[in-house]
Parts: sequence; structure tokens; C-alpha cells
Amino acid sequence: MSNAKMIQSDVSSVLTLQEMAEIDHELEHIPYKSGAAIDALKIIQAGRGWVSDECLQAIAKYLGMSSEELEGVATFYNLIYRRPVGEKVILFCDSVSCWISGCDSVKQTLSDTLGVDYGETTKDNRYTLLPVPCLGACDRAPVMMVGDDLVTHLDDNKINELFSASKTGDQS
Amino acid sequence: MEKVLTRNIKPGKPPTDMAAYEANGGYQGLRKAMSGMSPQDCREVVSASNLRGRGGAGFPTGMKWSFVPMGDKCTPGHKYLVCNADEMEPGAFKDRLLMEYDPHQLIEGMILSAYCIGADISYIFIRGEYIVAIERLRKALEECYAKGYLGENILGSGCKLEMYVHPSAGRYICGEETALINALEGKRANPRAKPPFPQVSGLWGRPTIVNNVETLCNIPHIIDRGAEWFKSLGVGEDAGTKLFGVSGRVKNPGCWELPMGTPIREILENHAGGMQDGLQLKGFLPGGGSTDFLTKDHLDLAMDYNVIGKAGSRMGTGTMIILDDQTCPVGMVLNLIRFFAHESCGFCTPCRDGLPWTRQVLEDIEQGRGKVEDLDTLEYQINYIGAIGNTHCALAPGAMEPLQSALKYFREDFERHISGGCCPYHSGKGA
Amino acid sequence: MPMIYVDGQEIEVVQGENILEACLNAGLDLPYFCWHPAMGSIGSCRQCAVIQYQNEEDTSGRIVMGCMTPVSEGARFSLKAEKATEFREAVVESLMLNHPHDCPVCAEGGECHLQDMTVMVGHRDRRYTGKKNTYRNQYLGPLIHHEMNRCIACYRCERYYRDYAGGKDLGAQASHDHLYFGRHEEGVLESEFSGNLVEVCPTGVFTDKPFLKQYSRKWDLQSAPSICQGCAVGCNIAPGERYGKVKRVHNRYNNEVNGYFICDRGRFGSGYLNSDLRLDYAGIKNPDGSFFAVHQQQALDTAAGWMVGKKVAAIGSPRASIEANYLLRELVGAKNFAAGFSDQEADLMGSIANILQATKAINPSIKQIESADAVLILGEDVTNTAPRVALALRQSVRNKAFELAEQMGLPSWQDAAVRNLAQDQRSPMTIVSAMDTRLDDVASTCVSLAPDDIAAFGYAVAAALAGESTDNAQADATAQMLKAAKNPLIVSGSSMAHQGVINSAVAVADALDKATSMLSFCIPECNSLGLALMVADGSGSSLSGLAKRASKLDALIILENDVYRRGDKSQIDQLLASGTKVITLDMVENSTLDQSDLVMAAASYAESQGTLVSSEGRAQRFYPVHSPAAERLPSWQWLLRLASVTGHKKLSNLQNFDQIVAACAVSNPLFAGLVDVAPLNSFRDRGSKIPRQTHRYSGRTAMNSGVSVHEPQQPKDHESPLSYSMEGLNRDQPSSLMPFVWSPGWNSNQSLQKFQSEVDGPLKGGPSGVRLISSSLQGADISRQIDKVTLKAHQWHLVPMQQIHGSDELSAHTDEIAELAGRGFIAIGQKVAEKLAVTEGDGLLVKQGEIECSLEVRILSRVAKNCIGYSVGYLETQGLTAGSLVTLEADKSWQRSGPEMIASDKAAFEQVISDGGASNV
Ligand SMILES: Cc1cc2nc3c(=O)[nH]c(=O)nc-3n(C[C@H](O)[C@H](O)[C@H](O)COP(=O)(O)O)c2cc1C
Ligand code: SF4
Ligand code: FES
Repeated sequence: MSNAKMIQSDVSSVLTLQEMAEIDHELEHIPYKSGAAIDALKIIQAGRGWVSDECLQAIAKYLGMSSEELEGVATFYNLIYRRPVGEKVILFCDSVSCWISGCDSVKQTLSDTLGVDYGETTKDNRYTLLPVPCLGACDRAPVMMVGDDLVTHLDDNKINELFSASKTGDQS
Repeated sequence: MEKVLTRNIKPGKPPTDMAAYEANGGYQGLRKAMSGMSPQDCREVVSASNLRGRGGAGFPTGMKWSFVPMGDKCTPGHKYLVCNADEMEPGAFKDRLLMEYDPHQLIEGMILSAYCIGADISYIFIRGEYIVAIERLRKALEECYAKGYLGENILGSGCKLEMYVHPSAGRYICGEETALINALEGKRANPRAKPPFPQVSGLWGRPTIVNNVETLCNIPHIIDRGAEWFKSLGVGEDAGTKLFGVSGRVKNPGCWELPMGTPIREILENHAGGMQDGLQLKGFLPGGGSTDFLTKDHLDLAMDYNVIGKAGSRMGTGTMIILDDQTCPVGMVLNLIRFFAHESCGFCTPCRDGLPWTRQVLEDIEQGRGKVEDLDTLEYQINYIGAIGNTHCALAPGAMEPLQSALKYFREDFERHISGGCCPYHSGKGA
Repeated sequence: MPMIYVDGQEIEVVQGENILEACLNAGLDLPYFCWHPAMGSIGSCRQCAVIQYQNEEDTSGRIVMGCMTPVSEGARFSLKAEKATEFREAVVESLMLNHPHDCPVCAEGGECHLQDMTVMVGHRDRRYTGKKNTYRNQYLGPLIHHEMNRCIACYRCERYYRDYAGGKDLGAQASHDHLYFGRHEEGVLESEFSGNLVEVCPTGVFTDKPFLKQYSRKWDLQSAPSICQGCAVGCNIAPGERYGKVKRVHNRYNNEVNGYFICDRGRFGSGYLNSDLRLDYAGIKNPDGSFFAVHQQQALDTAAGWMVGKKVAAIGSPRASIEANYLLRELVGAKNFAAGFSDQEADLMGSIANILQATKAINPSIKQIESADAVLILGEDVTNTAPRVALALRQSVRNKAFELAEQMGLPSWQDAAVRNLAQDQRSPMTIVSAMDTRLDDVASTCVSLAPDDIAAFGYAVAAALAGESTDNAQADATAQMLKAAKNPLIVSGSSMAHQGVINSAVAVADALDKATSMLSFCIPECNSLGLALMVADGSGSSLSGLAKRASKLDALIILENDVYRRGDKSQIDQLLASGTKVITLDMVENSTLDQSDLVMAAASYAESQGTLVSSEGRAQRFYPVHSPAAERLPSWQWLLRLASVTGHKKLSNLQNFDQIVAACAVSNPLFAGLVDVAPLNSFRDRGSKIPRQTHRYSGRTAMNSGVSVHEPQQPKDHESPLSYSMEGLNRDQPSSLMPFVWSPGWNSNQSLQKFQSEVDGPLKGGPSGVRLISSSLQGADISRQIDKVTLKAHQWHLVPMQQIHGSDELSAHTDEIAELAGRGFIAIGQKVAEKLAVTEGDGLLVKQGEIECSLEVRILSRVAKNCIGYSVGYLETQGLTAGSLVTLEADKSWQRSGPEMIASDKAAFEQVISDGGASNV
């Protein structure tokens, strides 16, 4: 927990060449380095699932920002994870159309099946469950995203199908 | 009726690629503009078409563009066009459709719009969850660069335009155009004060236009076929067609392209198939989660900006959310307020702290702990948070619209919660 | 001037201002939080809501934010309309949702802006019954205490710290009602201006940590107008005392000098006043080297015995007042008086004193510095040598933004909009220095050069300005930059201890030949310039001159000066160790005191009055905050009594302070203005003296009950128009007599606006301080010679690095400052570090002739060839001299220092550490 300032060589020990190249690519069309803050966070998260303190500091250094500035950005956005998440994030829509269509009880089933509530990760580390604002698929409510995939017309059966005990590996 | 925006859209089928798009008249508008129409000419057509923004506020697009400094009036540097594809308003699901199934239509609209305002860099600011749309847009962009529709010298006209897809990192407030600009700048997405308007000082301090996906999708057709044709599409006061959607417990929820001014009843009964069996219509939010409830009494109104406005609500995104008689209106409003309280950017007091206060009062009522005075508190909060100008941006006033109209139309339901000490609808859905 | 209507009343307003400013200027109480006069508007708190009407017919109007609405001719507003009052009340009610209501234990209690506004809007009854959000606090270092639960999210801290002061390590995190203002992780705040958070925060989130440990309510503090003694900038301060201890220092507004802000040395560096090292009694040295305490009279008689009819010399001090120095000089005669500078400093200060009167350039106030639209800094790390000036320089680079805004018709108070418009376009600033400076982040160009080369660079710029051709493209570009500017500013100073650097700055300023060009020097101590002006006639002796004569002297009087800091040790030993009787007046123990035969306990600045001349040439008066404890006496009184017991002819006629000032003023034409610095002792405001205590000052009768139940009479102040009392009015008096700010309904420091003639403008009491010198039309006559040194292989050139915390003698005796100062260090570039195989925190042996120091390594990001820096004024670096050539080698026996956090704090925050910082929700 020291307040040691990260020096450039530390950055390259945290970020991979590939990650730095991707950030550089974004920087090509951004007039100020700090302008790539969100892109950089997303690039790091794409490969690692989440943004650790260490990564955050490295990105900040790379973009010539302070960790505080970047922390302010990172914690503002819903889709930047500052805590570890499972292999896949389940974004469960709890907004109005899904609610009318009964998402609360589906959410209950989902939670029971996976053994996790919002903000939690399954024991086998496969899934992290998070609420998400309206996914723009209200005509197919209730809906959720599992990783990159949109799953529509949710009901208890669908949840069971997707996450039966054997699939989550949770035999207990 | 003639399909315009959705003529290439066949859900379930693969999206329209460059070949298919061009085969169906795509990039005609672009070719037309590039061979003989000046930006000024194009802007005039758009102004004359009476196109109003489809992002929610219905601001006339031509007029919005007219504030962008042109020619000598503009200091040297970039100008930007940004497509607002952040669709996150509860109940809105129209832009997703346009982008997933006909990405070229949006891109053509953006190239033309950029031409109109002299922008040389453009962004599609799209919510990060729209994975499919992002992929398809990126692919379409590649096709465009290959074809010379984008890049240094568009169709040999000497005009240049770069276009980037920028997936958002999430948050509803990013849809507010000035917050969106902050997000594009890699900052916290707090909205900016206006004036200055983005048209003069936007992205990186430069002139910037932010338009909704659907707005931009209309542009190629307007340029190609003219203002008069566009105006003739509407059946009421407003011009063009519109994507209307219905969600909630109707037989056939969905999204359809219909003429502006189509009566609500027609949308609800003919297209959405009416209420599911055993349910009655109790009310509806005509334009998404930040619009006021209307009721059965309003079914014959035309979906036109002013008509809906006069009835006490807003056209918003044109995607309706239906409240049936077995769903608790208090619960529905609570769900919405929860959303808005959580999505507040935290910049201004009434929204940041006022909405959670409203949420707490509604939770008390919904969970049977409500007191009679709570209704006064809610009215007080509506006055406090709900007026444009009281808050820094329009999120909070939008948030209060469903609540204030629910208190108007469904006051009894609130009272029953309080007098009964529980939610009378509770059997239906969870707390 | 346009007129607007507020609640039917016609109000004259200033074109370009906003409604909030207009209302405050009209004396109306319109609440606000996020707006700050120095930082403009962002419209976030929504507290300043008023109703705006379209026209006369419009009776309902709509709510607008006062701070975001520009005035316009004939516009109509209401503060009192129910819609407005109800809205403003609702804002406070919702801010209170999560506020802990911990006013009784909150350090802000009684001077809390939030409390004031809560009462002002009439909010009382709470309707919210939900849970409150709670937060973890962070350890932010020894100066600032963090209590996030009290936050009302006005964004002022972030805007002040980051946007205004250029700090990087504090900001808003998370969103909605989970906003968190803090650091990425716990740790010491990096900004040298962090203390202003205490005054900027409208609640008790950021409070003064040292003050907390010895807390009193604002109204129980006795205050006096004072001047910071931390450096030569002369910021105006208001120290607060209770039970004989100065407990805290607040900013005292001076429109032309420090405005609303001071640096952390100024705010926190007075802790030494309460230190155990302070002297309470006079003492005479025993043969065994210890001192025995004596009464004042005995000390005086002893001194007289050593002085009358003897050869007596004296050493003055750049940290003592004009009056004390004047008396001492008169007492021993000008030719027996050494100013008390080191020899080198004496030359530099002498030349600066002359240059400032000869140059064509303006010697700017801080306000004027803020107006600069192109800046050249030669050789100074201004943040460390004249901190408040650096804060002004940070504002000056924003002039480009204001210019762009003006072109767009955007008012400058539209803070966020102006920043968004300009992004990082700034007015140009070129910094030429040997190594990193704390302003590098806002500079357009940084040039790293050794001191000689800095001077050469300056001369090249001057040559380019004179139309000569140089072969230095950077110098040419700098000349262009200055030429193109409306208000160009050159900043240099004495911290390089290099005459050439100073001369080159003058050369540039005079070559610019513009009526608006400015030249500002960073100089070391609070009265360096006053003293330099006193001896500007060339009379008097140097320190080394005195040392040579030492054996011939019978007695030597030293005024508030640890001369070991001024010359090399053998020389000072020689000066003090001979048969000469050494009489020293000072406040805290030091090496010079140890070598004295008689010491007189001097009162601190908080116990005495005097005049200081700032680097701007501004003479300013400080007043005692409380009467001296024990047997301390202000130095000027010691000296006056000494004059009397020794029967000094001229001085014996002087009875009181005003007479000393008058005598001093006639003694030297440069000091003529001294009589106008502040009102005479006889001044009365509406028949009364100005009270140092607030009307609510409590417990006076009981304060000493632990000692005696008899209420002692309040001390009388016979020398100033201020009283140790609650009686009298603190309103509209001359600004130099403003001890604190308070106004009905405005208990917080925001009450300041009631003392300003207009928001952000001068005080109603007029300007404070008098400029003693001004520039001339002739231009300074300077040498352009540079004596180049030649380095041998493996030698480095020592460059002094002044440190805001650590280099100053007195503030370094404050625990918190000592903690921040850390150990003395040697600063090297990355390449040298690699060559020597050391990293940050390792040790290096530095050899300068006979002297060998083992110092901690700091790594610089930019450094001139062959240069290394060393921390000035630290014990560890004592003996190292600027400009000397040294050799380096890694210190194998070096022990790296431990964790940054001190043990006591660490324990308290252990829990937080294990859980990480702010949560991301
Ligand atoms: C809180 C908030 C969220 C918004 N979200 C969106 C959105 O997701 N998409 C959109 O097009 N407009 C959104 N808007 C409206 C935009 O601010 C802006 O008016 C719109 O993008 C302009 O486009 P148009 O003129 O084409 O309608 C939102 C406005 C607010 C206040
Ligand atoms: S209304 Fe809400 S979302 Fe809009 S600026 Fe204020 S806090 Fe942010
Ligand atoms: S002071 Fe005007 S909104 Fe905060």
C-alpha cells in the first residue's frame, strides 16, 4: 500500500505489448492522451476481465494521468469492473418492461440456481451476476446478457436450461 | 404504407451488407449530394423536411445544424458529428434494430450529415452492451472505407470524413448529449452546462452535432427524395415515418415503422395485438420511461410531438410501455425511480439526493410502510426535482414524469397501499 | 451600469457578472455552495436558485440558478417568491439526507457554511426516514483530516485542488449518491496548497488536522491581522489563539496579495510557536554551558554592563521586523551592523533591492501576476521558493482560455464551459531551470540548464529582444513569446544563489521595453527585502567582515538569527567563540543560542507587532494575536529597553511603536511610506478599538480557573488599535486591521463577501500595505558577465533545491512539516542513478572538499547536464554550498527509510488499508 510513484518501466511490466499497441491505436485519433482513458480501461478489461489497482495505475501512467483522475473515470461507468468478476458476467435487466414481464421472479430463480445475488460471483468463478439498465430488447422481455450473448424471453425453464446444476459445476 | 427506415430490415435474417444495401437504392443520397449539391443545399433540404430529432426531445434537426459555425465564421480546426446510439432509456428498443439490421443506412446518414455541417470526424457512440450492432457497424465501416465512401476523398469530392465506433462503458446519462461528449473525451460523463451549446463548443471544445440514430437514418432518404416527399409520409402534423414500439403485457410486443401521426390505438391494437388475455389496459408511457402516463382516454391521439405534448406527456422515443390492470403502478414507478436514482450522474443536488429520497418514500409505500403525508412529500419532490431548470440536465425532470402522472391518474392505488399497509397487487410479481 | 429588478427593487449591477454575484453585491443573502468567487460557477449544488421572469407581465417565472445566469439590462428576478424559497429549502433538505448531523463533534461546527445555509433557508424538520450512506475515510497525511460522511458533493474540493491548484491526487469517484471525494489510495496529499481545502470545503470533510488535536470553536479563537513569516511573498493571515497557543492559521483576504489562498507552509508551519523549543525566559550562561533563567531586568542590566563604553556590533535578521532591525542598527551604529544575510545572500539581495528600483519592469502583485499572458521563469522552482506566486502562475496560464471564451461571448465565471472550450490550450510559459520544477506540468517549454547556462539563456533572450541574432532557437522563440504578449512576466530569484541568473532576468525585462512587462523575484525570507533596503546605502558590515573583527569586539548582539545557517561553521565559530559577549534575541533554541552568553526570549510574530517588506516591495504590518507568554518580549521592546538601560541618546527618546515607525521612516527615504502602512495606535473605529475576540467569545472568566479563580484583567494592548476584547466592531475598518471575518448569519469564512466592496474585489476597508519602491524608466545597469566553472571528470555541480517543507528554519520545527520534509536529499537524473547503481531511497555520499554528507537519493525526471540538486536548509545538507563542485559515490551502509505513514496514524487507519480505498458502487 505504499504511495510509490510508478515509473515507466513498471508500466511495461504490467501492461502487455499487445495492450499498449491497442491503446496506441486509439490514441491515433484522440487529441489528448487522457482522452483514451475509457478505451484503455476497456482494452485492459477485455483481456483480464477486470481492472486491478495495479493495472489502473499502469494505465494512468501510460496516459500521463494521475491514478485519481483515472479512478474517477473508472468508477463512474457501470461496465468498468474494479473488482474481479467471473469468467462471464451476467447482466440481468431489471428495468421497467422486464419488470412488468416478471423479471423479479426469474431473477430469484437465477439467484437460487447460481447461488449468487447481485454483485456476487459463483463459487466456481464462472459467473458474476450484475443488474443492468434496460437492454433495449423490451419487446422480448425479460432479457439478460450472458457474456456477449443476449438471452431473451426469460422464464424459469430457460434459466434451468442454461444453468442446470451440472453446467455450473456446483454439485453441492 | 411505404417502408423507409426499415425497408432493408428483416429480423431473423442476416443484416444488409454493402451489396444488398446498394442494390436497394443505398448510397443514392450520398452520390446525389456529392455530385452537385452543396452542404448548404443539403441543409436546406433537411430544414425544409421538418425532420425532428428522434432522440427524445424532438428538436428540429435543420435548426440544430444551423447553429454550427460554417465557413469563415468557424475558427480553424475539426468539427465533429456524433451519433447518439446510447439507447438506454427504459422501454426504448428502436435504435438497436436500425443498427443491427441496416448499419449502412446509419453510416450513409452520418456521411451526409457530416457533409452538411462540415464535420471531418465522426463517432458512433454506442452502448457497450450492443455487441452485435458494434460488430456489424464496424464491418460496414470497413466496407465503406474500401469503397471510398469514407476517408480522405469521398467519392472524389475532396471531402473527407473519418468515422469511428465508440462503445460506451455504460451509464444512462451518457445518452445526454453533453454528458456523451464528456464520455467521448474520456472523462466522467457529467452533463455540461448550456450555453455554450455543443454546436459551437462541443467535443474537445470544437463545434459538434449530436444526433440520434433514427434521426440520422432519415437523412439519406430526405436528400435522395426531397423534403416534400418526406413531409408527405406523415399522416398528422409531423413529417416522416417513425419507429414505434410497444412493450409490456401485450399480445405482440414489437417495433414497427409507421407514419408520424399514427393513432395510438392503431399501434396498440393493430400492431401490438392488444392486451394479453385477461388483462386490461390501465395506462401507458407513450415514449419510454421518462414520459408521463397516458390512459385509455388518450388512445385516439395521434403520435405527433405536439399532440402528445398537449395531452400532458411526451413523444420521447416513441416506444410505449404498457401498464396493465394487474401490475402495480406504484411498483412500476418505483422501478423507474430506482433506475433514475441509480443512473444519476451525481452532479446536481436535486437529482443526486432528491431521487433517492423519492425512491425511499416510494419503497415505504410499496412495502406497506407508507403514511398519508408521504403523498404530500411526493408532490413536494415533484415540484422540487421535476421542473426543467431545477436540475442541471433533463434526467431528473424526466424521472419525475411517470411519478407525477401516476399520482394524477392512479392516486387511488397509492392510497390503497397506504391504507391497506401492503401492495394490493402483490400476488402478481415480486416486491 | 445595467439595472436589474430583484423582488421589485432596482439594483445596479456590473455588466458581465452573474445574478448570484449581483445579489451578494447588493447585500442580499442568497445561499450557495458550489460557486466560489475565485473558481466561478458550475451550477451543481442548485442552492442559489432564484425566479427569473420573462417580463413585467410574467407572474410565475421559472427557476434559474443565480450563479449560472448573467445579468442583463432590465431583467427581473425574485429571491423571495415562494417557489424559490421552497426550492432552496428542498435543496438543503436533500443535502441533509446523508449528512450525519455530527455538528457537536465536527471541527467545522460554528463556522460551517452548510450550517449557515441550513439556517438561512429555514430547513428544520427532517422527513427522510431511510438509512444514511456512510463512507470510509482516508488517511491524507499529517495536515488534512478526512470525514467523507459530511460531504454534500459540491465539487469544490476537486475543483479547487485539481483545477485551481493543479493537484493531481484528489478527485471525485463513483457517481449518483455514492460520490466519493478522495485519493485513489490513502496517502499524503501531494499538493503544496492542500490546506486551502479546509476553507474551501463548505462542511467538515476536509479539516485542519493539527487544529483538530487542540480544537477550539471559531468564536473562541482570538485573532489578529497578521502576515505570514514563511517566505517573502507576504500572504495575509489570521492566526487563531486560545489558552496562549496559536491553534491554527487561516487565510486573511487581501485582494492584491494572497486573495483566498495560502500555501501549506503558511497555514501549517506555525506549529513551532507552541514547540518545547520555545524560550520562555531570558537566560545567562553558566560556566558549564547551561543557562540560568533571569528576569527581564536582570538580563537587560547584564547586557548593559557588557555594552556601555564597549565595542559592540550587531547582526540583524531577514526574518525580524523592520522596526527591530532598525532599532538594533541604531543601537550599535550603522557601521557596526551586519544585516544578517550570508555574504552571498547579501550580494544577491543588495542587487535585487537596487534592480527593483532601477528596472523598467513592474514588480507585480500576485493579482498582477495572474494577469500575465506569457511567462519566462529563470532558475526558480517557484512552488518551493514563493509558493503563493506559483499558485498565481498556475492561474496566469489560463488567460488563453479566458481570451478564447471572450471571443465566444462566454463569461469567465462559466468555469466548466471555459475549460471545455480551451481544453489544454494555455498561455505560454517557459521554464528554464536546472531540474524539475513543480510548475513543469503547465509550462509550454521546459529547458534544463546549469545555472551559468540559465544566465546565458536569459542574456540570449535579451539579445534576441534587442534584435540581435543569437544562435539559440529556444531563446529566439522565448523572445517572440514575450514580445507577442500583452502582459509578459519574467520570474527569477535568488534560490540559485547566482547573480548571473538574476541579472539575465533583468536584462530580459528591460529589453522587452513594454510599459506592462513585469519582473518578479523570488527571495528567501519574510523581510529579506526590507532588510536589504535598510542597508542599501552600503554602510555596515558583512558577516565575514564581522568575523574578521571578532576578536576586537566586546559584545555582539544577534537578532532572531541562527547565524550558523548563514556562513560556514568555522567562520561562525570564530565569530561567536572569541572573547566577545554574545547577546541573542530569539524564539526557539538553535546553534547560535547555544553559543551565546545571554539570551533574551523574543516574542513570536503572534505575540508582537512589526512591519515586513515582501518581495513585491509591499510593507505590511502584523499584530500580536495574544500578549506574550511568560517573560517573552517582542524584540523591538527588548531593544528599546536596551537602548534605555544603555542610555542611547537617539533611541531613548522613543517611547512606543508608532514613534519607532516614524523615526524609521525619516531615517531612510525608502522607508518614508512606513507611516502609512497601518493606522496609528490612536485609531478608533466608532470610538472603540477593534476587537480581537468575536462577540461570542466564551469562557473568558473561567479560562484560568485552573490556576486562579480570580478573573485576571484582560491584557491591554498599548501599542495598536486592536484590543484583547470582544468590545467594539469588526466592520469596515481599514483592511490592515481586520482580525477575522464574521457577519450575522454568515459564521463561516464565506462572510468575507460582506467585507468586500464587491464580490472578489477589494475590501471595504481599502487596500492593505504600502509599496515602498517602484520601478523607474531608466532600466537597470547590470553586468552580463558569467564566470564559467570547469568541471573535472566525475564532478558534479551542486544546485540548491529549496523545499517548501524543510528548507525554512522556523516552520521546520513544526512536527507535521518535519514529517513532510523528510530527510535531506540529493537529487540526480536517471542516467546518473544508473551509473552509480542507486535507486530512489538509496544513499549517496556527497563530498565537497572537507565536507562529506550521506544523503537520500531522489530521482529527477529532467536535469541539466552535470547538475545534481540538494535540499537546502536541512541538517543533513549543512555545509553544502550552491555552485560548488562535488563528487558522488553510493553509500553502502545506507539504511532505507521505512513506510511513509507514521506509526500512530497507521494504526488508526490499519482497518481501512486492509479494505482498500473508496468502494466502487
Ligand atoms: C438523461 C438523458 C438520456 C438521453 N439518452 C439518449 C439516448 O440514449 N439516445 C438519444 O438519442 N438521445 C438521448 N437523449 C437525448 C439527447 O440528449 C439528445 O437530445 C439527442 O441525442 C439529440 O438527438 P436528436 O436531435 O437527433 O433527437 C438523452 C437525454 C437525456 C437528458
Ligand atoms: S439531473 Fe441528474 S443526471 Fe442530470 S446533471 Fe443533475 S445529477 Fe446529473
Ligand atoms: S452556487 Fe449556484 S448552483 Fe451552486
